[in-house]
Amino acid sequence: MTTAELLGKDPVWLIVVKCLIVFIICVLATLMAVWTERRVLAKMQLRTGPNRVGPAGLLQSLSDGVKLALKEDIIPAAADKVVFIIAPIIATSMCFMAFAVIPMTGVVNIFGHKTALQLTDLPVGVLYILAVTSIGVYGVVLAGWSSGSTYPLLGGLRSSAQVISYEVAMGLSLVAVFIYAGSMSTSAIVDSQHQHIWNAVVLFPSFVIYVISMVGETNRAPFDLAEAEGELVGGFHTEYSSLKFALFFLAEYVNIIAVSALATTLFLGGYHALPGLGFTEQWLGGWFTLIWFFTKVNFFFFIFMWLRGSLPRLRYDQFMKFGWKVLIPVSLIWILIVASLRVLQQEGAPRSAILAFAAGVVVIVMAMISLIERNKEKVRSTVLPEGEAPNFPVPSLPQVQSINVSGGK
Amino acid sequence: MSDFNEKVEIEKKTLGDVDINSVPFTEVEQSGPASLAQQAKGFWVTFSTMFKKNQTVQYPDVKAPTAPRFHGRHQLNRHPDGLEKCIGCELCAWACPADAILVEGGNNTPGNQLSPGERHGAVYQINYLRCIFCGLCVEACPTRALTMTNEYELADDKREKLIFEKDDLLAPLRQGMLAPPHPMYPGMTDTNYYNGDVKEAHPSQAEK
Repeated sequence: MTTAELLGKDPVWLIVVKCLIVFIICVLATLMAVWTERRVLAKMQLRTGPNRVGPAGLLQSLSDGVKLALKEDIIPAAADKVVFIIAPIIATSMCFMAFAVIPMTGVVNIFGHKTALQLTDLPVGVLYILAVTSIGVYGVVLAGWSSGSTYPLLGGLRSSAQVISYEVAMGLSLVAVFIYAGSMSTSAIVDSQHQHIWNAVVLFPSFVIYVISMVGETNRAPFDLAEAEGELVGGFHTEYSSLKFALFFLAEYVNIIAVSALATTLFLGGYHALPGLGFTEQWLGGWFTLIWFFTKVNFFFFIFMWLRGSLPRLRYDQFMKFGWKVLIPVSLIWILIVASLRVLQQEGAPRSAILAFAAGVVVIVMAMISLIERNKEKVRSTVLPEGEAPNFPVPSLPQVQSINVSGGK
Repeated sequence: MSDFNEKVEIEKKTLGDVDINSVPFTEVEQSGPASLAQQAKGFWVTFSTMFKKNQTVQYPDVKAPTAPRFHGRHQLNRHPDGLEKCIGCELCAWACPADAILVEGGNNTPGNQLSPGERHGAVYQINYLRCIFCGLCVEACPTRALTMTNEYELADDKREKLIFEKDDLLAPLRQGMLAPPHPMYPGMTDTNYYNGDVKEAHPSQAEK
């Protein structure tokens, strides 16, 4: 029985319960994510991080949220009032909606009902996620525009341009997954990985492109140009305060968890256990798969934090160049290769033909790389005339072992 | 006015001679991006740092000792018999670059002997909203009356509370000290006091 058939038998009350569970998971995960991020980043910087509120500071993000909610809610005089209020609602609700098609557990028992923790299973589930996150961009654009101020407008334009360009690369990296799994349904993709091998292994280039573009898509460091504090104050949410700001904050983190969950589903085998640990999936009546799922999601979340802790912010032109001139062409070529291999396989070509094709691709790619390298204009170098050795002590340069401070002999 | 115009014209002429396309410049070799292994080094730095001991001092719970010569709150010291060392000379107030110290001297009388010799500090205030803890007042003090402690928790919620009076600054009475006012040690002059000849209070000093 497929997951879609299983979910089709859910009574209405169970659907409502699942809605509630998904919502609670998202909000709780956000609270935990904020705390985890602050603690882990602190660790990476030899600090402790929040440790005052609750055990080990666990309630810090909750108290921050309460504080935000109790703050004065300001709507600027120049703002378009209706759009100003609607924008954060759009941004947040769309992030939550993306979670509807993510399969979080295998078959489990909820109040005596056999089902899976997945709200619905669309045959075009992944396309639905892409569509919903694209609508979420409206929240950002409208917030920037309706604030009636320069910085939010610039920030809003930046982040929408960013999200849209990286969504192209993201969508293209998913095409290879669709070709390989033969379906766009999230649960079918998870099943196909369970039968064969993780997509992260067979479609490694797609996996890398997806991970890069998901960071770009969520406006996170090192791609957080839209919220470049030094340049744009706060980006599109500069004029927002109180609960509306909290909604954007929530949207950002739910979005991160959503793209991480999608990465888990499409590339790391979803809720299934690591290879060789399949017996754990039966523990706790199948609920142990939820733990596997969130372990994998946390792996991606850790990558987000690690990037933020290690890398400086990109310049805008470099960022766009990387997205359009590197990620998109590479994923287009990769799709061609995957599609050709797939067709060869399905048409029953002999193994030798497939291998010959793969070898040919490798040779062509290597030839292209060497051609590009050769055609690169060699940078002419003129050595600067050496000045006289200084007659006073100077600190040694990093690449110089020692320097003559006596001057002369 | 005419001179000025001439100068401008000369500058224009020299600028006009230089062709923007023939400005000499030196090309420098660009090293380009580092290898992937080199770039991965940065990630290793942040990752390994997670497992190092962090440097945070849990301040209100744990108070790390200061350096021994840390410039903290001031203290007005006493002679071993309890008399104040401050003679109200105002040198500290004059030395203070932030104008944080106010001193008014007063005369020692037989019934009101607060310090050895003729004078004592009648009013002594340090304004910790102004003080920059430079220690010039301590250097200026001729009797070693003013020194600095290691105490640094001086924050408060009222401006008035941060002007410390003489009572707030005076060192506590130790073993063998008598609370002034009381007469000087019998047979000792103020010079003896400064030379450290007085080691403790004499029983006769306690009698009023």
